[in-house]
Amino acid sequence: MSSYKLKPPQIIISLFLLLLVIMAASMQMDLIGFFNQSIVKLVMNGVLVLSLIPMLNVGAGMNFGLPVGIVGGLLGMCLAVNFRLTGIHGFGMALLFSLLFCMLLGWIYGLILNRVKGREEIAGIFIGYSFIPLMNYAWTLLPFTNREMLYPIGGQGLRPRISLENYFNHVLDDLGVITVGAVEIPCGLLAFYALIAVFLYLFFATKAGRAAIAVGENESFARLSGINIEKTRMIAIVISTIIAGFGICVYAQSYGFIQLYDEPLSLTFPAIAAILIGGSTGKKTYIFEAVLGTYLLQSIYLLTVPIANAILVPELTEIIRTMITYGIILYALLIRERRGAER
Amino acid sequence: MKPGFGKQAFNSEYVVPIVFLALSLLAWQWSGLSGSFVFNQVINRFIRDGILVLSLVIPVVAGMGLNFAITVGAMSMQTAVLIMIAYRVSGVTGILLATVLGVVLAVILGYVIGVILNRVQGKEMITTIIIGFLFNSVYQLIFLVGFGSVIPVLNEEIILTRGIGVRNTVDLGMYRNTLDKLWLIKIGDLEIPLFMILVVLMFAAAIYYILHTRFGQQVKAIGSNTQTSEVLGINTLAVRIKVIILSTVLAALGQLAYLQNIGMFDVYTAHLTNDVISCAALLAGGATIKQAKIRHALLGVFLFHTLFIVSPQAGQNLFHNAALGEYFRSFVAYGTIALALIINIRTEKQYKKA
Repeated sequence: MSSYKLKPPQIIISLFLLLLVIMAASMQMDLIGFFNQSIVKLVMNGVLVLSLIPMLNVGAGMNFGLPVGIVGGLLGMCLAVNFRLTGIHGFGMALLFSLLFCMLLGWIYGLILNRVKGREEIAGIFIGYSFIPLMNYAWTLLPFTNREMLYPIGGQGLRPRISLENYFNHVLDDLGVITVGAVEIPCGLLAFYALIAVFLYLFFATKAGRAAIAVGENESFARLSGINIEKTRMIAIVISTIIAGFGICVYAQSYGFIQLYDEPLSLTFPAIAAILIGGSTGKKTYIFEAVLGTYLLQSIYLLTVPIANAILVPELTEIIRTMITYGIILYALLIRERRGAER
Repeated sequence: MKPGFGKQAFNSEYVVPIVFLALSLLAWQWSGLSGSFVFNQVINRFIRDGILVLSLVIPVVAGMGLNFAITVGAMSMQTAVLIMIAYRVSGVTGILLATVLGVVLAVILGYVIGVILNRVQGKEMITTIIIGFLFNSVYQLIFLVGFGSVIPVLNEEIILTRGIGVRNTVDLGMYRNTLDKLWLIKIGDLEIPLFMILVVLMFAAAIYYILHTRFGQQVKAIGSNTQTSEVLGINTLAVRIKVIILSTVLAALGQLAYLQNIGMFDVYTAHLTNDVISCAALLAGGATIKQAKIRHALLGVFLFHTLFIVSPQAGQNLFHNAALGEYFRSFVAYGTIALALIINIRTEKQYKKA
């Protein structure tokens, strides 16, 4: 990681964050409270961001089809809630179910993406966008039986927001919290995050992982050295999808609700923006970059809310978020293609 | 024409419209809506969305794929209309001034988009999507935060009660259907707004003409092979910028037709799904991301919107749940584009290998 250099977007984002912290401090807001929340937010969104790495490294680009993996995770959680599994055990079962769903969905997704090699990003956007209305049918028609998940009266199918209050709300957030003064460190949550990161690190140290990186760097060279391109890409895409499924489980236990229907769409672009802010350019990406990017972006999200409220235009938060999100993605597209052209 | 490419074009040019026709007819049967109601609605959609769909044709011919940044053209026109309302310029002067201002904005923004797209050749579509989203946040910043705070506004009626930001909906009562009612022909229950139909057809003719000028020949040359056309001495980058400017301006004019047809102006949402719906309509008419003709656009609007109009009612009758029809609509819109991309990219590769 010694070769890591700060790039313009990180400098701008860091300065912006610093400005926000100064503003918050001058408005006498609770900075330690923000710090505690920022750690939770890091992991809450961080697993989804980590899920992008295998696909980036295998050369399949930014995974705009993130909703595919998210849906797998949602199915897993719905199944766990349907069987009324609670606590850490319930969360574990939700992960296990989503693992199964994501393996299947990831395999199908991989088959499609292997057909559109080189154009995964644009295809991914529309695969994601068309998969969501298809899943809306599933949420409406699947025979779930737990009354707490269904529309209370009238209506048909699952609620858009299923409360996890009685199931596995905050199970990771509240696991092994160490309190030092006012600072709270959620060790269980961080340990889960670290576990995923270590898994990714170890994966890229295996033969399959090294093959994935080789394919991402130079496909024709990798083919000549006898690597099965299709199979390597498939492994990376399935792993990406599985981690995305875990990511939404972590997100939901922290948020307190399973959000169905069109919600998965709103998570894709912020996750991609986060990894780009961390220094990725849409190609080979380090785990460190994903962590840094998520932390910077989520802290900004966190701080803009009270500040925008203080100056009486609450919509400003959302506008700033979207401007940063799409701005950084556009920047990455421009930078990456220019580098590609020089080669 | 490239060899081996004709077969693919033959396939989707006829298969896709036939599938849409069959689906529309089935859904229409299930919906139980009367033929004249559906006909009037479709004609209404045709004069509402026709120009927007036509604005997509030239970028496809230039090999730049579907231009999802037509939302930027739409936002230029909306900005112009809002400025006219904010400073109380009404009547014919208002419409004309708004048109001029909207077109000027569209030219400037189209130029910017063109320059950006020249740096991302081969990834134009994904870039236009992101550009559309980014401009949308800038647009929101201007009207939700800027208007009433930094920018003074004469017309207090359109401002939120807190004094900052434009309301979600602005009434366009004075402009509503002014053009649609010109030369309105009634045959029994059927209503035919002849003037606006002619306007849409005139735009179609204009684009047909442009594609057959010297400029149009250059656009086609770039679309079939960029390298060869550069060797032939065509300034590829300049032509590509002109293509996007043209598309953005057409989209701006299309949005004007759209707004006057609806008559209520949803300031923050009116432009949002226009790109996807227009692209899906173009593809439904038999176009691909490599090939588009005027007739694809015109036919596509009819086919796509027939399905769009009847599917919620069909969902209601089949499943007793109108939401299912809505999901079907979104699925058809996005699914059409996804399928077109997957099929096209694959055939593109097979062609390269051959």
